[in-house]
Amino acid sequence: MKIAVLSGKGGTGKTLVSVNLAAVAGQSSYIDCDVEEPNGYLFFKPESVESEEISIKIPIVDETLCNGCRICVEFCKFNALAYINDKLLIFDDVCHSCRGCVLFCQEKALEEREKVIGSIQRGVSENVAVATGMLNIGEASGIPIIKKLLHDALTGPSIIDCPPGSACIVMESIRDADYCILVAEPTRFGVHNLAMVRDLVKLFNKPHGVLLNKCLEGANPAEEYCVDKGLKILGKIPFDRELGMINSDARIAVRENVKYRDRFASLLQVVREEVRHETVVDS
Amino acid sequence: MMKIALPVDNNSLETRLCVSFGRAPYFLIFDTESNEAAFLNNSAATSQGGAGIKAAQAVVDSHAGALLTPRCGEKAAQVISAANIKIFKTINDSIQDNIAAFNEGKLTLLTDVHPGFHGQGGK
Amino acid sequence: MKQLLILSGKGGTGKTTVASAFIKLAQARVYADCDVDAPNLHLVMHQHSVPRRTDYYGMPKAEIDSELCIECDLCRQNCCFGAIKADGEYRIDYYACEGCGVCQAICPVGAVSLKPAVAGELILYHNDTVFSTAQLNMGSGTSGMLVTEVKKQLRSVIIDTDLVIIDGSPGIGCPVIASLSGVDMVLIVAEPSVMGISDMERIIKTAVMFQVRVAVCINKYDTNPGNTERIEIFCRQRQLPLAGRIPFDTTAVAAINNGRTIVDLDCAAGRAVTNVFFRTMTTLFARERD
Repeated sequence: MKIAVLSGKGGTGKTLVSVNLAAVAGQSSYIDCDVEEPNGYLFFKPESVESEEISIKIPIVDETLCNGCRICVEFCKFNALAYINDKLLIFDDVCHSCRGCVLFCQEKALEEREKVIGSIQRGVSENVAVATGMLNIGEASGIPIIKKLLHDALTGPSIIDCPPGSACIVMESIRDADYCILVAEPTRFGVHNLAMVRDLVKLFNKPHGVLLNKCLEGANPAEEYCVDKGLKILGKIPFDRELGMINSDARIAVRENVKYRDRFASLLQVVREEVRHETVVDS
Repeated sequence: MMKIALPVDNNSLETRLCVSFGRAPYFLIFDTESNEAAFLNNSAATSQGGAGIKAAQAVVDSHAGALLTPRCGEKAAQVISAANIKIFKTINDSIQDNIAAFNEGKLTLLTDVHPGFHGQGGK
Repeated sequence: MKQLLILSGKGGTGKTTVASAFIKLAQARVYADCDVDAPNLHLVMHQHSVPRRTDYYGMPKAEIDSELCIECDLCRQNCCFGAIKADGEYRIDYYACEGCGVCQAICPVGAVSLKPAVAGELILYHNDTVFSTAQLNMGSGTSGMLVTEVKKQLRSVIIDTDLVIIDGSPGIGCPVIASLSGVDMVLIVAEPSVMGISDMERIIKTAVMFQVRVAVCINKYDTNPGNTERIEIFCRQRQLPLAGRIPFDTTAVAAINNGRTIVDLDCAAGRAVTNVFFRTMTTLFARERD
């Protein structure tokens, strides 16, 4: 069972929810797909960490074979190549690794080389297998890291901590998810962004429900939105200074206090039932 | 004496300099010896990304010896410099003023190239 | 004219809250929202004119004409993005396609074409103020390109001004890198949590890598005084100007929820952000010594 936790707006509590759900789920995996700003590992402080470099392929030219025909320069849709003073210039950070230039070079003058863009760190924290993707500073896209993170087979339920927003990097993170938890905060900005990320999960036909976080007294625009659109509300986490403090210090609430343990365990149970329901409906 | 290139908004001599190099709709290629002017369509203007690089390639291919521009990205600058073309900073948006200043040796080299706009079709 | 960009690394620290307050305090006439994925600035900076809306085209998308397709599989074998599916007939996964054109070039029968694809919308408000923003379609790539277009839109309108304020996006990737271009200074809105500090360090490194000056302010500082102090020590060690601290303030939260900036009414956060504003402006307009 793969559960993705996403939000649209940043700061609503994705990591709080994903870390605590994984911690309360027994033998499970926590996968941090927010490769630009990974945070889950700060909570889990995993042990026995192994690191794997993730690289992409960039062209490299053998100048002795290049005859200056410029087929590659003309082909490249990203304008990553230029031919100046009888030399082929290659712009690594504009290249999209499509291999077109390598494929179409008649002289076999172009080959591929590896360029490291980040890493995956894998470790363990009690009964949670923690996998964290990290994009190197200055690199544009973390998608290849996410692809590798999700490619590896896992046992037990896995909780996928997604990046904020609804752009392609989020789409990549939810690709294999069985269920999506949308974490919403009761603010005007929160609801606006919730609507977008809900459109994304609907587009990919992902069963989903909303978890209302930081709930205060009084009107909750996010709750109103859910009721209005007929969205399943999975649960509510009240605004809680103590929880905020624990989270702020990167401590795992379910491991510190039984009341949080119970709350997240019930939430997990609700999600499990939703997933079961969806699978029954589909089959 | 040589050909100089300037990014411009339109393909007539009444036009003004374009604020961007990579996305300028046209380049004016001006021969300082014969005073002949030719206009190049800049196909990079509609590029999804890497416009500076493509525009720079076009300038190099025009055999210009110098580029006069208000600004230039670092990748485009790399391409232009690799071709041993000097890049000068323009003083205002008037073509006539800048050509005159160039001929009188009054233009300074453009030293503050900005990091690429990263406007390539990236994710 | 100075460009100030507001970033955070971590999402939800208060970029838009601070940006909108600054715009009001400076009576800024030119501002932009570069968080094209989840733009929020327009929810507080109410506009009274009809904007100019332009379709934004990202990379083109491939399309297979099934009538011409001979199912040779060359396209699928050579697609580096897994964007070609062969279940029944050959078709393109629209969201995975990056518009590289390899399939089009390699198809022996010309069954593949690249079609322009709208990936979002550019929005420009121009009356006595200029507000440039955009909305990226969900699942889209090319967010960096769209950010560049948002900034270009600003430049396309000639208006005499000293200050441009740009509300940025979370993260450190392409859209953030695109927003950094040509900016005079970044103000980082930091959150005093372990996560917030980790993210702040990464965004500071990114800004420094792209040679942009950085100042830091701490929002909701009273939610964790220990971490607030850690941030201030970190900044002092690296000689990063500290622009101030803003307390957590439920009145401010309510103001934003009602579509108002936190300086539109009297509240503790509003008073604090005013101090942050003045310190930021002083740093921004100070004469550079290098």
